[in-house]
Amino acid sequence: MPAIYIFPIVILLAILGYTAGKRRSLAQYGDRTAGESYAPRGYFGMYVALWCGIPALILSVAWLIFEPVIVNGLVLSGLPDAFTEGLSGDQIALLESEIENLSSGVVFGQPTPEVMAAAERYGELRQIARAAMFTAVIAIGLGAMSFAYSRVRPSLRVRERVEGTIMVILVLCSIVAILTTIGIVLSLFIESLLFFEQVSPLDFLFGLNWEPQTAIRADQVAAAGSFGAVPVFAGTLLISAIAMLVAVPIGLMSAIYLAEYAPSAVRSAAKPVVEMLAGIPTIVYGFFAVLTIAPLFREMGVTLGLNVAANSALAAGVVMGVMIIPFVSSLSDDAITAVPRSLRDGAAALGSTRSETIVQVIFPAALPGIVGGILLATSRAIGETMIVVMAAGLTANLTANPFEGVTTVTVQIVTLLIGDTAFDSPKTLSAFALGLVLFLITLCLNIVALRITQKYREKYD
Amino acid sequence: MTDTIKDPGFEASAALGDAQRRIRRRYAAERRFKFFGLAAILAAVGVLVVLLFTIVSSGYPAFFQTRIALDVDLRDPTLEQADPAKANYRKIFDDALAASLPGITDTKELRELRAMVTAAAPYLIRDRVVDDPSLIGREVRMELPASDRIDQLQKGEIDRNVAPDRRIVTDNQIAWYDRLDADGRISAPFNSGLFFNADSRFPELAGLWGAIVGSFYALMVCFFLSFPIGIAAAIYLEEFAPKNRWTDLIEVNINNLAAVPSIVFGLLGLAVYIQTFGLPRSAPLVGGMTLALMALPTIIIASRAALKSVPPSVREAALGVGASHQQAVLHHVLPLAMPGMLTGAIIGLAQALGETAPLLLIGMNAFITSAPEGITAPSTALPTQIYIWADSPERGFVSRTSAAIIVLLGFLVCMNAVAIYLRKRLEVRW
Repeated sequence: MPAIYIFPIVILLAILGYTAGKRRSLAQYGDRTAGESYAPRGYFGMYVALWCGIPALILSVAWLIFEPVIVNGLVLSGLPDAFTEGLSGDQIALLESEIENLSSGVVFGQPTPEVMAAAERYGELRQIARAAMFTAVIAIGLGAMSFAYSRVRPSLRVRERVEGTIMVILVLCSIVAILTTIGIVLSLFIESLLFFEQVSPLDFLFGLNWEPQTAIRADQVAAAGSFGAVPVFAGTLLISAIAMLVAVPIGLMSAIYLAEYAPSAVRSAAKPVVEMLAGIPTIVYGFFAVLTIAPLFREMGVTLGLNVAANSALAAGVVMGVMIIPFVSSLSDDAITAVPRSLRDGAAALGSTRSETIVQVIFPAALPGIVGGILLATSRAIGETMIVVMAAGLTANLTANPFEGVTTVTVQIVTLLIGDTAFDSPKTLSAFALGLVLFLITLCLNIVALRITQKYREKYD
Repeated sequence: MTDTIKDPGFEASAALGDAQRRIRRRYAAERRFKFFGLAAILAAVGVLVVLLFTIVSSGYPAFFQTRIALDVDLRDPTLEQADPAKANYRKIFDDALAASLPGITDTKELRELRAMVTAAAPYLIRDRVVDDPSLIGREVRMELPASDRIDQLQKGEIDRNVAPDRRIVTDNQIAWYDRLDADGRISAPFNSGLFFNADSRFPELAGLWGAIVGSFYALMVCFFLSFPIGIAAAIYLEEFAPKNRWTDLIEVNINNLAAVPSIVFGLLGLAVYIQTFGLPRSAPLVGGMTLALMALPTIIIASRAALKSVPPSVREAALGVGASHQQAVLHHVLPLAMPGMLTGAIIGLAQALGETAPLLLIGMNAFITSAPEGITAPSTALPTQIYIWADSPERGFVSRTSAAIIVLLGFLVCMNAVAIYLRKRLEVRW
């Protein structure tokens, strides 16, 4: 029985508890003396259900987390000492996964008899652990249920208890968002610290040479690895700048046209179409860039006598710009439509044409919102991954020429982490350092953007 | 909007003084400005049209697969009813080929001939026989998928006039193809394998089933985690939270999380779920848990909007007849806000379905030739399958990649349509 079935079982237990509690309180209804609790019957059911469901749920989650660790420990300690002595953490992990694969019937090469025996033991232990988990969870659930059941009586202040518990659950759920941020920051910081133990932060931030392919084993021939991230940052900036050069004029002008000129029928038809551009998955844009845009630019380059690389920054940047148009246009649209009508009327009364009103009155009034939108769009462009992974280059190249291939922070993160991930080589860890830089930059952009838009809103509301 | 002065008669009749020239210039600027606006809209819509057109036109052929009908002789003595899997299917296949195109004996030519049908043909015959052992002892006409190059030839992707060394099919193969076609052995029916096969090295056999199942599992995990947590968080923040620094922090935090690059969530999933908790790589479970973190802010923001749209009179009425604060919210406000919350959740899931980068980091781009058996089995997802195919060199994979994109976009359109339907149908207007 797959481990995941434990959750439906917990839910069934809770439902059972609910009906049992409700029935008992209904049966007791007649015993109620004057002045005692009038809580609705359902609360008694909820009381028993929570008592039975929460411990069972906590136990099953904890069991699922710790079971593999404990089973692996038992299996490893069951191996002869000579076998595990002097192995590094990675080798032990490798041994563990070999044993695991063997017991699920995947055989690579010729496993030694010790490993075979360990695999068998592993399978047995897993089965025992699984059975024990189901028994323990059901036992705990039923035990807690009967305890709560025995406490059900009309005088129990059941509503306060149930509502208190529900409130705690609600608070815990809203803390998940905070936990996610803490998780992001901690995981990026810890791995980056490990990286900066091996590579100096100054070299990383200001070095001009990015060649992260280090030797994984001692006998491999590879570069020593150098981690100067400036070319990567420069590539990111180049592609984002191209994207913004495409997205800002088109997005802004289409927002102005839709908000100020277009008849309402055109507006209600064109706005969702433009916003569809934001709903298309980025991998689709990436494939579009490779399939159509990059060859197109290359051919145009040939006719113009220019040498355009197959993975030019231009192609990736232009396609990314298209993806970002709706972010710019819908945020600008919000800002423009929020400008009060009196400003337009005032400008018209002074004899200005519509375009003059827009450029000289509405645009400055909407500027904070528009800038906020552009900053959010820039943060999107910097963090965008799939378009550049497919359409931009893999090797770092410090250049400002949009016809050459450059690489970006996100491309490097993906290429460094795809495939083998040994968590102690600087190659892998550098991806987390890049991730940290990416997170901090986009965080700053987002905070500034949100600040600007909020301030602006206060002005007119 | 107030109309500006626009009187053509005024312009024509008046003498061309300085003022008139200025006005004319200003009107020209006005027209230019308007034109730029229109051009911007048309450019955005135009790119969308071009994008969809390229994808559809390059993906359309992959919905059909060339098949070659062969008369497979299953009267071979090595075939036994008791153990149909054990026979020399390679020889059976070769015999069937030779019977369909008699007169080819040269070994090199035979190899060319064999390369016209998918390399997995002997296994396909075996699977058919194992499924239905009653076929043994008969001659059966089987429609086997043609190899990628013949498929390209049938779809007209290969120019027959190009010199033989510059195209991927030989002259012999073209001649045999025409003979088979004249015999009525070539057909190109709807390619159901695209949906119901798992991934394969051979484009003619590769399908999306494994990716669809993987994406489904990941989305289910994502939904069951992010929907309850998101709703609970929204209820707390919107209805119960006191206004203080702590809740302000949570709010700013949620807005920021919504704008964190998706790849950072992938790094989080890799470092926390896989590295720290030791969950299996490439599993839909981990993918779903990572996507849940990404979908959470979307769901919380949408759910709060839905709660906000329920008028305060509903709460007040419930409180007025003696309900507790929680009873008012959970029994009266929440059911009214549910359609809006569901809509938000579906839109969040649709975004999660198209997300690729975090899934790449947790290893869901593995090459897996069967659909995952559970949420902890290694698997791909639709977007990562597109990524794998886009990277494959065989020509057949180009159009299959586009076809996979069409399938992905189809799912997205369906999910958004359901969301719009729910909003239109269930949402109460106050």
